[in-house]
Amino acid sequence: MSRPDDVAIIGVGMHPWGKWGRNFVTYGVEAIRQALTDAAIDYRDIQFVAGADTMRNGYPGYVAGATFAQAMGWTGVPVTSTYGACASGAMAIEAARQRILSGMCDVALVVGADTTPKGFLAPNKGERNDDPDWLRFRLLGATNPTYFALYARRRMELFGATQEDFAAVKVKNARHGLENPYARYRKAYTAEEIMASPVVADPLHLLHICATSDGGAAVILASREWADAHGHSGAVNIKAVSTVTPTFPNTVIEMPNFATDSSAGLPVPQHTFKASIAQACYDQAGIGPDEVSVAEVYDLSAALELDWYEDIGLCEPGEAEKLLRNGETTIGGRVPVNPSGGLACFGEAVPAQAIAQVIELTWQLRGEATGRQVEGARVGISANQGLFGHGSSVLVVKN
Amino acid sequence: MELGDEPHLVGTRCSISGSYFFPPERTMSRAPGCSDATLEDVPLSRSGTLWSYTNAGYQPPDPFVARSDPFVPFCIAAVELADEGIVVLGQCPASVTVDDLSVGMAMELIFEELDRTATEQLMMWKWQPVGWSERKNS
Repeated sequence: MSRPDDVAIIGVGMHPWGKWGRNFVTYGVEAIRQALTDAAIDYRDIQFVAGADTMRNGYPGYVAGATFAQAMGWTGVPVTSTYGACASGAMAIEAARQRILSGMCDVALVVGADTTPKGFLAPNKGERNDDPDWLRFRLLGATNPTYFALYARRRMELFGATQEDFAAVKVKNARHGLENPYARYRKAYTAEEIMASPVVADPLHLLHICATSDGGAAVILASREWADAHGHSGAVNIKAVSTVTPTFPNTVIEMPNFATDSSAGLPVPQHTFKASIAQACYDQAGIGPDEVSVAEVYDLSAALELDWYEDIGLCEPGEAEKLLRNGETTIGGRVPVNPSGGLACFGEAVPAQAIAQVIELTWQLRGEATGRQVEGARVGISANQGLFGHGSSVLVVKN
Repeated sequence: MELGDEPHLVGTRCSISGSYFFPPERTMSRAPGCSDATLEDVPLSRSGTLWSYTNAGYQPPDPFVARSDPFVPFCIAAVELADEGIVVLGQCPASVTVDDLSVGMAMELIFEELDRTATEQLMMWKWQPVGWSERKNS
C-alpha cells in the first residue's frame, strides 16, 4: 500500500569501494551515471541535487552538491550540500525527500563520495584548543576505536559477550560480502584469523574494526506519482527517514566527547540515543521492528553490530549474542543483518556509506542482490551513528 | 564537597536542573528549559567506578604527542562519578595494563605531566585503580 508520503527510489548506483586513490568526484560521477541508467532517465531530468559532504578533500568536498552538479554539466538545477558525519548521506536523502514531498520537484538526485587517507581517521590540522575532536586526540589519545572498544568491553561485562562473538559477526559479514561486486574486501575469514590480528583497542582486534575506504553512491528519488507514471510502478518506497539528535541527558559516552551528560538533574530518557534513531523511523512509518525482513547497520566494529540488533528492536537488550549464535542474522535466518557484507567488507567512505546502506536494501527488496539475496525481503531498515550527536535510519518497503 | 588541597577537576552545575557539565559549560546550561540558569563552578568527585576501559595498541595520530619511541600502549578508562551522574574519560598511568582493570572497580584521579615545552608544562588528569600508587610501590 502506498501512501501520500511515500517517495520512490527509481535508480541506484555505486562505485566499488576500495583504496583507489583517485579524486572523490570520479567515484560520485560513476555512481550517478549508474543510477541514471538504472532509472532510465537523463541527467537533465534531475530537478534537485543533494550532495553529502566529505571533509577530507578540500573545498569541493564541502560543497558536494555543487561539485557534482558541475561535474555532470551545469543545468541550473538547485543544489544543497549536507554534513552530518556518518549520517551525511541520510541527511542528503532527507533533503531530497522533503523537496519531493513538499511538491517542489518530482525527481531528485542524492550523491556522496569519499577519498580517505590510510589509518585512523584524524582531526583537521591546526591547533584548536576549543575543538573537542582535536582535544580528544591531543589530551587523551582517544581514537574512534577507543570508543568502539569501550562499548565492546561494556557489552562483555553486562551481557557476557565474548571476543569470539565479535569474531563471529565478522565471519558472518565476510561471508555475506563474498559475492558483492561493490565490496572492497571479498575474502572469507575464520575466527582464528581474526583473533590472531593485532589488538588495536582491547578487546578489539584489527579485523574486528572497519577500515576507511574510497567509494561513491547515488540514488535517484521521485514522487510516487511520477514514478508510477514513468514506468517505475515497482520502485521501492522510502517510508521514513530519521536524523534525530540525542535527548538530554545522553548518558552514553560518545565521540568526540570527554564526558557524558549528567544524569543528576533531569530524568534519563526512555531510549538511548542509538535506540531513538530507529524508533523515530518506526514511529514515522507506522511499522514495527517485528515486520523488518532485512537490516543494514553500522558495524564500525563487529561488537557494535550486536548493539544495533537491540537498538533497532530485533531483540531485547542482552539478547543480541543469542540472535547471532542462532544464525538468525545470517542470510537464511529470521532477519539477516548486513547482507551486503557491511562495513566489515566495505570499510567506511563516510558521505557515501548511509546511501550505500539504502542501495543494498533497495537491491534486496527488488530481489536483485545476486549471491546474497534475502528471500522474500519486504521491509528493510538502515541505521548508523557518527560523531557530534549524528545518527540516521532509513526505512524502505516494497511497493 | 571538601577536597582540601587535593587536585581535582572543575565542572559547572546548572542552578535550575542540578545537571553537572564537564568540561565546564560556561555559555549557557545545556539542560533543556534551563537557559536562564546560572552556572556555578563546582569541584568534581576525585573517585568513581570504572564504566568501561580499553587501551591504545597503536600510536594515535596527530595531534597526539607520544611520550616514548617506540610507542608503548596505554590504557584509557571511562569512570562514572556517582554524585554528578557523569562518565569522564581519562588515560591511566603507564604502569596500568588492561589486565589490572575490571568494570565496576573503584578508580581515583591523579595528575601527571602530559607534555613539556621550553616554557610550559602541560598537566593532565588520569584515572588509576584506588590505592594503585601504594600497590605499585610496595
